[in-house]
Amino acid sequence: MRHAVAIRIGPIGFRVGSDWRAPVAALETLYRDYPRPDVPDFTVRLFARRPWRRFVRPSVEIGGDYMLPEAAPLPLSQGLLAAEMAMNLQMALGGRRYLLLHASAVERDGRALLMTGISGAGKSTLASLLAARGWRFMGDEFALLDPATGLVHAFPRLISLKNEGIAAAIAARPDARLGPLMPDTPKGDIRHMVPDARAIAAMDVAATPALLLFPRYGFAAEVRPVPPAEAFVRMTQASTNYVALGEAGFGALTRLIGAVPSLAVDYPDGASAVAQVEALWDAL
Amino acid sequence: MTDAWPLARALADPSTTAALDADGWTALLTMARAEQLIGTLAVRLQGLPMPASVVRILEDVRAGAEQGRRAALWEAEMARRALAPLGGPVVLLKGTAFVAAGMLAGQGRSIGDLDILVPRGDLDAVEAALLGAGWEWVKPDPYDDAYYRRWMHELPPLIHRERDRMIDVHHTILPLTARPTPDAAALIAARVDLGNGLSVLTPNDMIVHAAAHLFADGDLAGGLRNLWDIRCLVEEFGTEGLAERAVHHGLSGEVARALRLSASVFDGVATRSVDRLYLRRLLARDGWGRPTRPVTRFAFYVRSHWLRMPPAMLARHLWTKWRKSSSLKSLPVRA
Repeated sequence: MRHAVAIRIGPIGFRVGSDWRAPVAALETLYRDYPRPDVPDFTVRLFARRPWRRFVRPSVEIGGDYMLPEAAPLPLSQGLLAAEMAMNLQMALGGRRYLLLHASAVERDGRALLMTGISGAGKSTLASLLAARGWRFMGDEFALLDPATGLVHAFPRLISLKNEGIAAAIAARPDARLGPLMPDTPKGDIRHMVPDARAIAAMDVAATPALLLFPRYGFAAEVRPVPPAEAFVRMTQASTNYVALGEAGFGALTRLIGAVPSLAVDYPDGASAVAQVEALWDAL
Repeated sequence: MTDAWPLARALADPSTTAALDADGWTALLTMARAEQLIGTLAVRLQGLPMPASVVRILEDVRAGAEQGRRAALWEAEMARRALAPLGGPVVLLKGTAFVAAGMLAGQGRSIGDLDILVPRGDLDAVEAALLGAGWEWVKPDPYDDAYYRRWMHELPPLIHRERDRMIDVHHTILPLTARPTPDAAALIAARVDLGNGLSVLTPNDMIVHAAAHLFADGDLAGGLRNLWDIRCLVEEFGTEGLAERAVHHGLSGEVARALRLSASVFDGVATRSVDRLYLRRLLARDGWGRPTRPVTRFAFYVRSHWLRMPPAMLARHLWTKWRKSSSLKSLPVRA
């Protein structure tokens, strides 16, 4: 392809090829402190479906080793978003080494806190707020659970901030490096933030899971235990490759649910959430 | 070169990968994924020297293929249970047959849908039994449904509502509109029982089926994988009696072409000029996994329809499809 860049994020290497310079340039800038993979695990392609669409209302199609046939193209101004979506898609559809949990993860003292929930539940925001208070950021999209060891591996790709979360995250980390503001994407306003230097430097360090939270934003503060059977089922739904992994996935998830407490946390605002989470952590 | 020769070479002679650098490996793995041959490649290359990153990737691929094998066999067992009360033969086809019979062609093979062959007289009962056991129609369009029932060699595809897996129920191996008319009754009569209530075709009939699928039916999408199946079948079982069997099914030209192309792609035997165009199509894939040679591809797409039905019918069919939707993507006839 005309333009290409290779990046390693945690244990996963990507190669991104593009018909345009801009998305590759953005990736090179924002991922400049990340290592390069030897032979990448996945290939991503950003391309124009018709040759003239490289120039006339340029429209970025998403492809690669694995594709969703119905994925809609994005305008070139959202090329960085297309690249990030395409990389996540390769993981979601093709990842087999780890049980992929759609969760954010932070680490303290070698132990990992996993937070999962529907989009808008606040898992990304909470992870970035905790990272600003000294936790190590491991990722806000996928937590990689190794069926062989039970450890969680980091996948600290760019943090995808959305809508009102953008200002909140920048206020918490005013010195952070940021991608362009992309208004009016399919998910509203989006801006990417580079994880802090510590998250990148330690991205090959795995952690033992210690606590699983199901946060929910916009409710009066409350904590309730989630019974193991419910936690198990919710996590099968939060995993993109649970079925594909077969017995290995079942074993990994059973072990995780058996080993860590699962709690549902309702919170009215970020400050309360951080206080609730840290109190739960200290009580472990 | 923008074609898939490195993949063909690596499959046929795994030691050729010793010469690859990181970029060469990257291109090879990407091509193999795009051609759905990565599992086969992973099995073929196991134990050879390669970069640590490739070792890791291919370990995962083998684990994935093993899980795919298990899921395919489970799906076959589910179909067996649903159809057992009917008492008729159920013959597994393609990938599921290869793994169920423990054949070389099944090693690492990617398996999508479950394909079975049943006697044409059993079709209504089979359909009813599958619907009763949780399978549902995929295609809601009445034209597509009627087209399948009248002209195709299979029922419209069904999908299981809980397991999300497709089943294709064949009553023969080529569309009824195609010029060759394979002897479906003979395929079933010669079947090899696996001892678990399921059967597979004889190796010769498997080769005939693969060749029919490649050269008399589809547009050669996934053709490299099908050609590799044929090579494995020939390597494991030889070709004794194959020529007579191909004549019996009216597919001797297709089978001969399959053997020639397999020898050319995988064993470096010089190609006849008449086969060059097929080679261009079979290997039209670059190191980014992209399909190449759009003109050749389109020619084979047109050819596949031309082979499938007589001209007047083709015109009527395409006209109906075009009116229903101006997009080629929704053509119901699948490769």
